[in-house]
Amino acid sequence: MKRIYLDYAATTPTAPEVVEAMLPYFTDRFGNPSSIHSFGQEGKAAIEEAREKIANLIGAKQEEIIFTSGGTESNNSALKGVAYANQHKGNHIITTPLEHHAIIEPCNFLEKSGFKVTYLPVDKDGLLNPEEVKKAITTKTILISAMHANNEIGTIEPIAEIGRIARERDIYFHTDAVQTFGHLPINVDELNVNLLSISAHKLCGPKGMGALYVKKGTRMVSFMHGGEQERRRRASTENVPGIVGFGKAVEIAEEKMEEEAKELTILRDKLIKGIFEKIDHVCLNGHPTKRLPNNINVSIEFVEGESMLLNLDMEGIAASTGSACSSSSLEPSHVLLSLGLSPELAHGSLRFTLGRYTKEEEIDYVLEILPKIVDKLRSMSPLYKKAS
Amino acid sequence: MRDVFSLYSKKVMEHFKNPRNVGEMENPDGIGHVGNPICGDIMELYIKVKNEIIVDAKFKTYGCGAAIATSSMVTELVKGKTVDEALKISNRAVAEALGGLPPVKLHCSLLAEEALKSAIDDYFKKQGAKR
Repeated sequence: MKRIYLDYAATTPTAPEVVEAMLPYFTDRFGNPSSIHSFGQEGKAAIEEAREKIANLIGAKQEEIIFTSGGTESNNSALKGVAYANQHKGNHIITTPLEHHAIIEPCNFLEKSGFKVTYLPVDKDGLLNPEEVKKAITTKTILISAMHANNEIGTIEPIAEIGRIARERDIYFHTDAVQTFGHLPINVDELNVNLLSISAHKLCGPKGMGALYVKKGTRMVSFMHGGEQERRRRASTENVPGIVGFGKAVEIAEEKMEEEAKELTILRDKLIKGIFEKIDHVCLNGHPTKRLPNNINVSIEFVEGESMLLNLDMEGIAASTGSACSSSSLEPSHVLLSLGLSPELAHGSLRFTLGRYTKEEEIDYVLEILPKIVDKLRSMSPLYKKAS
Repeated sequence: MRDVFSLYSKKVMEHFKNPRNVGEMENPDGIGHVGNPICGDIMELYIKVKNEIIVDAKFKTYGCGAAIATSSMVTELVKGKTVDEALKISNRAVAEALGGLPPVKLHCSLLAEEALKSAIDDYFKKQGAKR
């Protein structure tokens, strides 16, 4: 059976060019970059080359990029690192209810060790209002963290404006740019950020690889201790093949980003329009235009997300849902609930995220299959009877 | 060996794909209605009883794969059983008949057991009212 992958926000296939670039660093060029011999220096040079590519793409200096094991580590490192290094100035952190668990859970952790966390309100499309940031700031505020674009609903946030507010008040500002890096243009100065998290596997790079941009002069404590690597900011022998792969993925993204965003926006809008034409009782989650070019998130009434996913999977289509039943907790997605969606609608959510290798025929196929699945599930749903 | 990688057992997927006894029933002798949309599962179970034997069962379910498969299985298990026998069907029995469920999905089988008990309760109430 042909398989159609429409879950690029979860992860992407590693580009063949990326794999090819990585391979020599597993075998011939295996040296430890901390070693002074040629094997080591060869690895070190490869790391610095990748670092330069990443720094260039976001308008940063090379020494402002710290390689990490992924977006989760970057986020943990940013939040805990800044919180602990600046607790003499205050104990208040501001963030949003839209954040990934890799932000929410470090915040919960910090709350247990004496920090206070404020969650900003969001509107029905998941958009933040910079005015609310001003209101939330206190004399104790040391850090604001707001994601660049949301992984579930695709809403793109006014990060530059929030950053300006933080900068004017001398408060550190972090953004989780895992979903936008390599897909939308990013300039750290324009966004007014002190810290920015990115991940390789969301842009056809390898898993287990990420980076954190840390603006020069930012006070933070190291997340990992045990070596001189990354200017003592992140100990551990560098993942050289991963870093090389990340660099290659960034190089390709830089070249293709603009065109890909245009193409994906067309496919995205075609899929949204098609779903609305072919299925009744549907709503779009997330902002209609301030939206990632590859994100479609809809709630389909009277049916539950996981059963839609399983049916799609049986037809070879891979998608995602914010329904509780797909996870170990029974709570549906905290992001969807924060928009004010009812639990029923959150359970009926379906996310398709497109990417580099998505073809128009695949969108057509989804539009042919999905309405049949919804019909089948609605015919066995006790909620549908009551609504019709 | 698994030919397809799946969250659920083959039996669960088989019942999910082709659920048995879906639909409503005209003049049922008992209706069970359990669950709520907040946790994402709602089950309606209808039974027809003749001489204390459940001769037919039907269901309508809103929920995940496990909820639909356990609904289908419980309707299969009760048919032909006496009301007393049916009352003894546990959620574990339903899950076992499906070749097991992932631990996080066991609550779905509980829903099937509760729907059955609720339908039988309703039957008893209706019987009591007739007498």
